[in-house]
Amino acid sequence: MTSTTAPTTTQLPAEWRDFFALTKPRVMSLVVFTGLCGLLAAPGAIHPVLGFTAILCIAMGAGGAAALNQWWEADIDAKMKRTARRPLPSGRLRKQDARDFGMLMSAASVFVMLVAIHWLAAVVLAFSIVYYAVIYTMWLKPRTPQNIVIGGGAGAFPPLIGWIAVTGEITAMPLLLFAIIFIWTPPHFWALALFVKTDYADAGIPMMPVVAGEKSTRHQVLAYSAVLLAVSLLPWAIGGTGAIYGVSALALSTLFLALSVPVGLRMAQPEDRMKPEKRLFGYSVIYLFALFTALVADRMVLS
Amino acid sequence: MTPEEEKEFIRRRRQRNIVVGLILAGFVVLFYMITIVQMSD
Repeated sequence: MTSTTAPTTTQLPAEWRDFFALTKPRVMSLVVFTGLCGLLAAPGAIHPVLGFTAILCIAMGAGGAAALNQWWEADIDAKMKRTARRPLPSGRLRKQDARDFGMLMSAASVFVMLVAIHWLAAVVLAFSIVYYAVIYTMWLKPRTPQNIVIGGGAGAFPPLIGWIAVTGEITAMPLLLFAIIFIWTPPHFWALALFVKTDYADAGIPMMPVVAGEKSTRHQVLAYSAVLLAVSLLPWAIGGTGAIYGVSALALSTLFLALSVPVGLRMAQPEDRMKPEKRLFGYSVIYLFALFTALVADRMVLS
Repeated sequence: MTPEEEKEFIRRRRQRNIVVGLILAGFVVLFYMITIVQMSD
């Protein structure tokens, strides 16, 4: 065995906080919330212990996938101001440790889901992890400006899995919840990308504003917002929810579309402060929380 | 390794051990509760 000197790694073991940071806790909070809403809105009942376990598995799966994502993208993250201080690009954690941690978390989440909850929930959870870590991160994100549309699919799984954990089957309603987050993601993220685009260009990620241009991106934000209005009303239209959800969705999605109109129709001027874009991005997060809260409230009142 | 580094090494290792221990203990309790719930179904 030849001894080689490790260039940048230190002898010190990584702090546990750095492993925790690897799971993207802020993204996970949205994952836990939407997963919990899917679980609570589903018809039927689940024992609280099993419900907690299902949400824990969804969160662990998301954390594991996030760790694998950062393991793969460490070089890209190092080039962007927003991500340069993450544990891997800053050298606080070894890459292989991040990979092993991600694999362990992912495998454990699927295993627990399988033995404790339902095989179908475990299958969909496993697919969602592969979808995010492999199909999105490794394959399509660096290759196509549609990466955000594809990535939206990854974020749309939690309510679907939460629902399946209760019912054990895939029906129209959980697929519609999937569709809502899927359609919501592009306008949510492109609003952000419009005001931080320089960073992604430097890292060589083909974000829509860089590849297709600002004007095209703005039009697409507006188009997706219009589709979102229609899709968010479908659960009500097919009779899957009551009027509490229906009226909330109509109001929330109309406001979403209204805030998208100035973003979609204007162009950034020199020294632009990008206020409409920042406003739409800020609202889009509130929108998702409010819409799913309305879904659960609707179900609680109906039952 | 300097004395300061060794001190830091021990501190980090201890913290990690505590966190791993707590997580494992949590899973022991969780699996016990899941088992009880599944058996009562």
